[in-house]
Amino acid sequence: MATPDGRTYGGGFGRIRESLPSTLSVVSVLLAVVLLSPVAWVLLRAGEVESGRAASLLLDPDTLQIVVNSLLLVGVVTGGSLLVGVPLAILTVQTDLPFRRFWTVVAALPLVIPSYIGAFAFVSAFGPRGVLQGILAPLGVERIPAMFGLSGTAVVLTLFTYPYVYITTRAALLSFDGTVIEAARTLNHNRREAFWRVTLPQIKPGIAAGALLVALYTLSDFGTPQIMRYDVFTRMIFVEYSNFNRGFAALLSVLLLVLTLGILVWEARVSASREGAHVSTTGHRAGRVPLGKWTVPALLFCAGVAFLGLVVPVGVLVMWLFRPSPGYAAGGFEFQFAYAWNSVFVAGAAALAAVLVALPIAYLSARGDSWFSSLPERATYVGYAMPGVVLGLSLVFLGLKYASGIYRTLGLLVFAYVVRFVPQAVGTLESSVLQVDPKHVEAARSMGDAPVRSFRRVVLPQVTPGVFAGGALVFLTTMKELPATLLLRPAGFETFVTYIWQVQEQGYYGQAAVPALVLVGVSALSMLVILRGSSDVT
Amino acid sequence: MSRNEPPEPEPVSERATTDATGASVLELDGVTREFGAESAVTDLSLSVRRGELLTLLGPSGCGKTTTLRLVAGLDEPTAGTVTIGGDVLAGNGRFVPPEKRDVGLVFQNFALFPHLDVAGNIAFGLRGTDHGEERVDELLELVGLTEHRGKMPSQLSGGQQQRVALARSLAPEPAVLLLDEPFSNLDVRLRVEMREEVRGILKAAGVTAVSVTHDQEEALSISDRVAIMNDGRIEQLGQPEVVFENPESRFVASFLGRASFLTGRVRGDVVETQLGTLPTDNINGPVEAYDGARIDVLVRPDDLAAVPTAESTADGHVVNRQYNGPAFIYRVELRNSEAVRCHHNHVETFEHGQPVAVDIVADHPLAWYPTE
Repeated sequence: MATPDGRTYGGGFGRIRESLPSTLSVVSVLLAVVLLSPVAWVLLRAGEVESGRAASLLLDPDTLQIVVNSLLLVGVVTGGSLLVGVPLAILTVQTDLPFRRFWTVVAALPLVIPSYIGAFAFVSAFGPRGVLQGILAPLGVERIPAMFGLSGTAVVLTLFTYPYVYITTRAALLSFDGTVIEAARTLNHNRREAFWRVTLPQIKPGIAAGALLVALYTLSDFGTPQIMRYDVFTRMIFVEYSNFNRGFAALLSVLLLVLTLGILVWEARVSASREGAHVSTTGHRAGRVPLGKWTVPALLFCAGVAFLGLVVPVGVLVMWLFRPSPGYAAGGFEFQFAYAWNSVFVAGAAALAAVLVALPIAYLSARGDSWFSSLPERATYVGYAMPGVVLGLSLVFLGLKYASGIYRTLGLLVFAYVVRFVPQAVGTLESSVLQVDPKHVEAARSMGDAPVRSFRRVVLPQVTPGVFAGGALVFLTTMKELPATLLLRPAGFETFVTYIWQVQEQGYYGQAAVPALVLVGVSALSMLVILRGSSDVT
Repeated sequence: MSRNEPPEPEPVSERATTDATGASVLELDGVTREFGAESAVTDLSLSVRRGELLTLLGPSGCGKTTTLRLVAGLDEPTAGTVTIGGDVLAGNGRFVPPEKRDVGLVFQNFALFPHLDVAGNIAFGLRGTDHGEERVDELLELVGLTEHRGKMPSQLSGGQQQRVALARSLAPEPAVLLLDEPFSNLDVRLRVEMREEVRGILKAAGVTAVSVTHDQEEALSISDRVAIMNDGRIEQLGQPEVVFENPESRFVASFLGRASFLTGRVRGDVVETQLGTLPTDNINGPVEAYDGARIDVLVRPDDLAAVPTAESTADGHVVNRQYNGPAFIYRVELRNSEAVRCHHNHVETFEHGQPVAVDIVADHPLAWYPTE
């Protein structure tokens, strides 16, 4: 039997559905409402702006410029990611590229570098007095153009988000039935023709899924455009808020949410029209295409991407470690161990809270049998799609206007993290609940266990790995979250991220090297968790 | 493997197939394909005539699918040549890619393009031809799917998918059509139905076809000729009934039918077996050279009949029975602990452990092989 979202459950003949206690539904719905509430605060605040003024603000040429800039950036970054990610996926899956396994891993690695750290590495590397100029000075290079504005933002975001496209395209290629290529070849198509007429149409959904992630990330990223000084929504929302134009900031936030929604709707329509694609077949993988004379260009391409996406940022950070810089001399920005503890503490609290919130929602979604039961799970993704700046701002509004007691408290900060990252925990938990054979619960029930007792004795032990994986993911992503942390942290509360941000703003790049490298390590860990989780599933 | 030299049946290859024109379309000459140290196909030679349906039959891993892929150009032989219509496609330093071969292939899983509808799938190989649309209509009619032309592959039943796959490969009018385990993805009932239908379509299209299967019933029922393959080689090639009646090797004998072997000793003009003496006239071919030696006589279930009898006169006991609806197959363990199978109508029921005499009721000479 299949649920509305297409999941099929095992178990053949007339299986009795495990009846879920209604308290589970009630709790899940309440949690979902609370997780969705930030949308309301932004809307309420935007609604306070007097309508005439709102109209003139929204129709202002500056606003239009922000919209154009944002869309331009999304377009360029998404396009760039496709141009980098798709060929890399094809090279590593379908050709005899030398050192294929090595490139397979390397191509995904830029994802572990938080884009704002990448941005600040690039800014400090390029430019007239940048690191690169310093290295190349003996060769007589006196000027290297700075990376700012659209080009700088687009280059950096492309380099650190193309792995989304690479990973989803790769997955599509791997699950793709290679015999259809052979079928095309016996029907008088050569390799290239077969690629355009057979492979590409079928991996399109995978490519589109990656492109959607890139587009959403680009739209919501705050650190990169802020560092590169490119006026897009996130940066302008932050600027307007900092200048106490809170109404305008709220209006821009609503506009950004509408834009995000637009992208999601567009994607949903694209994926609805791919009916018939992705028929699961039991074929074998396509044979590898010999690259021949293209081997060297292909290797240069892979190496070039790896150089820009990995070697440059990590190299710059490492160089700061060893390079005497004015930053170290500058007082007042000494890194304190307490910052690290603060990071770990809030991230741990967020992880714990997220798992507790995710458990009922994931269980209901995995085991419920109506469209209604997956509703709370779907709702959690709204917070995920919400740019961090917007979320931060909405909770600021909440604190200022309705609940001054919680404004700038750790509780509110942790709540923001939960809203943003709980879908990661819901996702991992749901897949581990789905792996528990419902017959085990039925067996426990038939032996006299009440529902809650059978859950505790049968399900919980089996989903424990999922609980830990989900918690770990939330922990690690919280560690590197930037915009909501900046907006919501209690006064004087510094973490890795806020510290990096401050020294970066002041230009004391050297100071940021250690915490930035730590965050890169943390990201790498979260990637390991994801990879381990996905290999458990298969 | 012991080949049975003396009982040479009538020269099989000369006994005509349905279309006796004899013009050979596809030739494999000394084809070998090695994967590392393993040899999947060894020195295989085969000639396929215009318009015939030839089936490569053998257990999994015998090299039959590799042979097919070598013909299609999806794989390259280590040695030997593949020739179609006189053109060398592989071997002698040449390798023609699949798209330039004029060979069609129906895949085991059909490999329909999931993003194209039925008509789109059939038209796929017809690029650049003027009569594409007409040809698609023609083929839709041939396979009886005219009203399904706009459906996506996922909306079709297994049998319909197979017919689309067939039509798609036939569309560019290939010189040779290859079918890789064409029925194995269908459920059992549909399989039997589709056999007749596919043979009908192939014959209507007049195409030369080579199919591959491990299902002997399928091979025997649809083919003009079958080639029994084992371990990368062809063991025997001929019309289905001839191969079935006169297996040239112990492997072919044991692979076809539910064969048992009855050991015996040649004594002049009789063979002494557990089931009494058998005149040498009743076994296939001259046996004089083996006088005094032990031989194995091939007995299939329909060659034997069990008769209930007293313990003292019994040849053995019923140890197992398989019921398949219309008939029983009884397994009888003989006194020397050899086992044979007997075929009986579904009304003749014996009990487990019942003592029985076993009679040889074959109305044709039995094949035999020197004991190994």
